[in-house]
Amino acid sequence: MSAAIHTGPAAHAVAADRAPTGLESLDVRKLGMWVFLGNECIFFGALLSMFFVYRPMMYTAELVAAHETPKDILNIPFTGLLAFILLMSSLTMVLALNAIQDSRRRAGAFWLLATAFLGTCFLGGQSFEFVKIAREGFTLSNSTFGQSFLILTGFHGTHVFIGVVWLSSCFARAIRGGFHGNNFIGPEICGLYWHFVDVVWVVIFTIVYLV
Amino acid sequence: MAVAAPPAAAPAPVHVPAPPVHVEHAEAAPRWSGWDWLATVDHKKIGVLYLLTGFGFFLLGGFEALLIRTQLIKPLNTFLPPDIFNQMFTMHATTMIFLAIMPINVGLGNFIVPLMVGAADMAYPRLNAFSYWLFLFGGIFINLSFLMGGAPNTGWFSYSPLTQKAFSTTNGVDFWVIGLSVLGIASVAGAINFIVTILKLRAPGMTFNRMPLYTWMTLVVSFLIIFSFPSITVALILLLFDRLAGTHFFNPAGGGDPLLWQHLFWFFGHPEVYILILPSMGIVSEVLPIFSRKPIFGYSFIAYSGVAIGFLSFTVWAHHMFATGLGEFANGAFATGSFLIGVPTGVKIFNWIGTMWGGSIRYRTPMLFAVGFIAMFIIGGISGISLASPPVDFQQTDSYYVVAHIHYVLFGGAILGIFAGMYYWWPKIFGRFLDEGLGRLHFWGTMVGFNMAFFPMHWLGTEGMPRRIYTYFPNMGWDFWNAFSTTGAYILGLSVLVLVANIFISWRREQPPMPDNPWDAATLEWATSSPPPAHNFDAVPVVYSRYPLWEERHPVEGGAPQHGAAMAATSDSPVAHPEEAQEGGHAFHLPAPTIFPLIFAFGLLLVAFGLLFAPPILRVTFVITAVLYFAVAIYGWVKQVSE
Repeated sequence: MSAAIHTGPAAHAVAADRAPTGLESLDVRKLGMWVFLGNECIFFGALLSMFFVYRPMMYTAELVAAHETPKDILNIPFTGLLAFILLMSSLTMVLALNAIQDSRRRAGAFWLLATAFLGTCFLGGQSFEFVKIAREGFTLSNSTFGQSFLILTGFHGTHVFIGVVWLSSCFARAIRGGFHGNNFIGPEICGLYWHFVDVVWVVIFTIVYLV
Repeated sequence: MAVAAPPAAAPAPVHVPAPPVHVEHAEAAPRWSGWDWLATVDHKKIGVLYLLTGFGFFLLGGFEALLIRTQLIKPLNTFLPPDIFNQMFTMHATTMIFLAIMPINVGLGNFIVPLMVGAADMAYPRLNAFSYWLFLFGGIFINLSFLMGGAPNTGWFSYSPLTQKAFSTTNGVDFWVIGLSVLGIASVAGAINFIVTILKLRAPGMTFNRMPLYTWMTLVVSFLIIFSFPSITVALILLLFDRLAGTHFFNPAGGGDPLLWQHLFWFFGHPEVYILILPSMGIVSEVLPIFSRKPIFGYSFIAYSGVAIGFLSFTVWAHHMFATGLGEFANGAFATGSFLIGVPTGVKIFNWIGTMWGGSIRYRTPMLFAVGFIAMFIIGGISGISLASPPVDFQQTDSYYVVAHIHYVLFGGAILGIFAGMYYWWPKIFGRFLDEGLGRLHFWGTMVGFNMAFFPMHWLGTEGMPRRIYTYFPNMGWDFWNAFSTTGAYILGLSVLVLVANIFISWRREQPPMPDNPWDAATLEWATSSPPPAHNFDAVPVVYSRYPLWEERHPVEGGAPQHGAAMAATSDSPVAHPEEAQEGGHAFHLPAPTIFPLIFAFGLLLVAFGLLFAPPILRVTFVITAVLYFAVAIYGWVKQVSE
């Protein structure tokens, strides 16, 4: 009935106009990651809203008098160091991708490993912080600060952990020469995720520790 | 038929040679017939799976509705005890929203959208399979609560503190929380897939302005899912910690804030309403022009109204919370947004009516349902406008008026649209027609039963009958309309049985081979055989207008350009090389069937059970097992991809 729409291999291949979306050069997988990160923005946005809603309850007169506000509990210089480590890992990620795009296999693998290492350092520091806070008596179930802080930073930490696993698998492939100047979409997408997780930490650090 | 031999003098210029179709491991053939379905990554098969499962849950949710109505048929009825009644209305809503309407829409979209945009499959076929299995397991998981200690009984929006352990002592709420989280992952994965498919895999020439309206609405819905679901995910996580780890996020006794739940829930919940209704708006925007024999009236208005509805839907959530005392300013702001959203919705209704105006209308079953959709949705829209006003809402909130409203929007809107799409695309999906006579019976039974069941609820609500009460006293003046409503519900139930009978009868009946385009429709899904082959199109279609198949047969001046004119007409767009027409042939690289999406999804089901039932002593073992399981599943998946 309507078969004329594609009558087989056309003798005259029409150079057709494509959908001018501005997305032609964007890889399919990369676009998927961008959309996913949009989803993640709302996820952390909702968690941060939760923290804001409960923040007044962490600064009641009673808690201020007892020196049990977040400002008293949290060690800002220590966590500032962690934030620095995480930001540096963004730098090493950029260097890794850059090396891979230049087909410098060993350098690319090295910087990927460095990124994963810095992520692991961050996780170690965060575990130390969690243990310290638990020792001081703030847990999931006994205080507004404990539950809000642990859930918010805990879910960020989970994201870092997933990133470290992902970076390690990228490293395992990079060291065997799996990526080169024409094939770097894997580390590139991993990098997008990694930078996003770092940016989220900047926001969390500002809101939870500095404000 | 799809595979026509090239006519010697084909006048139509609309062809690009297809890249060779790679089907990996074609010999990895089924050892048993079901393997085809368990390991499928074909968007058409996955679409059918979604449709079948969704329809099964639709029947289950309908059965629950009939139990509710039976209990309410007369005052002081003892058909259902109160606790079971609570479980029924909770599970009826949860099932219909998350397990019936959403998956049926995803199923139709899965089957139709890639065909409609001229692609060979979804952008991520394996992720697509993963979404389906996750949905199936999530749905089964929630419903298993009936057998394992009691279903959730706190209503579909599960307000705190009712959901706290002290007030909901069974496992029901835990099942609900974990099940919805799993369904949320499935929905988000599906939405990413739809967005990338629609943005990246359209046929050459299909600009945004030529995209079919159903595709437009699917795109908007997918963005709504992306931006609304995380909000409920966070709410569910916090609630789960409240119930399993002793936090006090929503427990006022421990300093928690129950209103936070409502904000997080409705920030998701109101966009969700549009997630349910917009696909149906897309369906009727496809059906009406085909059966009115003229192009849609005001294409751009319909498309951009959909986008406007999408944006506005994020600004109206607190109209569900007027009665919580947010204050005059907040109530006023959210009322304004809610009134505003009526504008693009009304624009669409006028567009649909304008499409029929002066058309040569053929009242086949899809058209009947599409027209029914417009009529019923107008009623639901008007009661919605009244509820957007805080003073009216104070009067009507938590009454049967709201129940009437939601059913006019979600049954009279979403479901009637789905029925229209079902009758419309059935020949394409299954290669056979549904019976027209039974279809008409189904339609009229639905219209009579639906209006009898739900219209009187407007009056019941206005007379003060609260929603979610399991019974009422005889002297309230509610007896007659409740009995009337229940009668209507039975008629509605019978009409669904007519649909089931229709499916079986037309399935068994001998039918002549289905032509490619039985309705003389205009969009690309009708340009291939019915049902389509695994790779969808033998050649990449090239699109020059909104109605490629009509333009093809009735070229008009200024319409489909002749050969060579194409580039001149749209010189601003980059010239595609045929081999790049589908992302360097990406879409034509059909992946091999794989079982790993199923294995991975099944792991999440096990985790869900572990969260609920693993005794403390086994928790460490459980976590280690889960990590190992997912490591194997992910490794297998990735390995298959990289091969």
